[in-house]
Amino acid sequence: MGSIVLKKVSKVFGEAKVIPSIDLEINEGEFVVFVGPSGCGKSTLLRLIAGLEDVSGGQILIDGRDGTNLAPAQRGLAMVFQSYALYPHMSVRKNIAFPLKMANMPQADIDKKVADAARVLNLTDYLERKPRQLSGGQRQRVAIGRAIVRQPKAFLFDEPLSNLDAALRVNMRLEISDLHHQLKTTMVYVTHDQVEAMTMADKIVVLNRGNIEQVGSPLELYKSPRNLFVAGFIGSPKMNFVTGAYAQNLGADTIGVRPEHVLLSTTSGDWQGRVNHAEHLGSDTFLHIEADGIGAITARGTGDFPARAGDTVYMTPDKTRIHRFDGNGLAI
Amino acid sequence: MARNVSTRRKVIVSVAAWAVALLIFFPILWTILTSFKTEGEAVASPPQFLFFHWTLENYFEVQSRSNYFLHFANSVIIAFGSTILGLIVAVPAAWAMAFSPTKRTKDVLMWMLSTKMMPPVGAFIPIYLLFQGFGLLNSQFASRVGMVVVLMLINLPIIVWMLYTYFKEIPGEILEAARMDGASLAKEIIYVLTPMAIPGLASTMLLNIILAWNEAFWTLNLSSVDAAPLSTFIASYSSPEGLFYAKLSAASTMAIAPILILGWFSQKQLVRGLTFGAVK
Repeated sequence: MGSIVLKKVSKVFGEAKVIPSIDLEINEGEFVVFVGPSGCGKSTLLRLIAGLEDVSGGQILIDGRDGTNLAPAQRGLAMVFQSYALYPHMSVRKNIAFPLKMANMPQADIDKKVADAARVLNLTDYLERKPRQLSGGQRQRVAIGRAIVRQPKAFLFDEPLSNLDAALRVNMRLEISDLHHQLKTTMVYVTHDQVEAMTMADKIVVLNRGNIEQVGSPLELYKSPRNLFVAGFIGSPKMNFVTGAYAQNLGADTIGVRPEHVLLSTTSGDWQGRVNHAEHLGSDTFLHIEADGIGAITARGTGDFPARAGDTVYMTPDKTRIHRFDGNGLAI
Repeated sequence: MARNVSTRRKVIVSVAAWAVALLIFFPILWTILTSFKTEGEAVASPPQFLFFHWTLENYFEVQSRSNYFLHFANSVIIAFGSTILGLIVAVPAAWAMAFSPTKRTKDVLMWMLSTKMMPPVGAFIPIYLLFQGFGLLNSQFASRVGMVVVLMLINLPIIVWMLYTYFKEIPGEILEAARMDGASLAKEIIYVLTPMAIPGLASTMLLNIILAWNEAFWTLNLSSVDAAPLSTFIASYSSPEGLFYAKLSAASTMAIAPILILGWFSQKQLVRGLTFGAVK
């Protein structure tokens, strides 16, 4: 239970075609991440699946049944919102119990399920508190609790971690991944953070201007991006793009090489350049280099690589890991 | 040095604030004082501020000459009735405008507000004819119903505006969450929206009760004698029997006392209601 299929789904707001036409299959039990820059339509797509927006065209199949015109509650999906959307006047217990109460479940069953969910999410001691008395991470867990008690066919997450601080975000990322392993329920997760996408997803859907640029596993997208957009979006820091003679010699309009695939040296290499900025992170060193005849290059070196701003360094791109793109930006 | 300046500033601001407050309150204070004077003292020149012969005579006189409690009851019926009826009409309207606005929503709101800019007398004749046609000038019951409807209509723009700004403050995602959780529209309103909107509903109610209580134009001109609220009760002491300032003041004091007390106890709610959305 829990497959979602989109067939030629489109969404128009007034004059604006937010989503021209999308086909997508989400398999049962998969953790699918929609990722893309802001305004790419990823949240809209999620809201279409949830039923919070009506589609302008196309079909949404949930478990093989047409759910296009079903009300949100009838789709059997649960959603976790960016703002958590907890009911501020209800205690944590009542928040988590709310969907069960709406389903007219007997009180004894509700109590049991709420207790179970609270245990899984470490909320047992907070059940009588109001949302405003909780920290951001706890609020997020309440929102997740409210979603899991219903035992939905799939979970929809709309940028659930973007209101949390960096450290908490890493924790919650792991918690959500753990939850997925435990429940084995389909999860659809929207984020603009490609690190979240890479670390959590079974399958990533890269969106740009309402279109799917590529669908694949995190490593597929990393190793063989289909076009310049995906190549530039997946990976941090961003892939370096080089045009001109160097690219043409390799039979491409543009070549791309990731910062971690540029070998740095203080003595010799294919390219020579001057360091503009050096970021020493301890584990790694990121150098922002102006390479002669090539352009701006970001390169990753070891933590103790000695370069400072103003130094001359040499770079050699790893030939086996160069991505080649044609004039239309498509991978060759 | 800086400390001195700020203390002096505080003193000046406080004195100014008290002066303005007293200036605004003075007519009410004078009315209340006058109500305890004899008719002679009420018009004495120079006016006597505190050193006069305090008496409750006017209050007994007013009560024996007219039925305060009937008018009080009418005021309560009209003020509360029109406010509740107004809420019943305005809640769905404000709900729709706040949560599914269209391109014209702002225009509709402005148009509603613009009706408050017309002098009421401009609509008097048609409304009077409607009242006559529907027989709302005759019996006590019909007249009370008529007053409730008219006061509801004149205050409706304010009710809708206030509720609209309140509803706007409720995050749409919370209502969407309720929808995802399986709440029907009715349950969404009962379990989620209403509890969150209670402060807003309360201050809207309060302000409108006060507005309806104090309204005089329509109640003076349209209500039948036995359905007349306190505004008419005050007015009956002004002209026909000559000017009896002390009795008029006693009547006024009795008319404003209930609403003054209500307002005093709900100050916090009222101020929040009137300034809501102004800060944030």
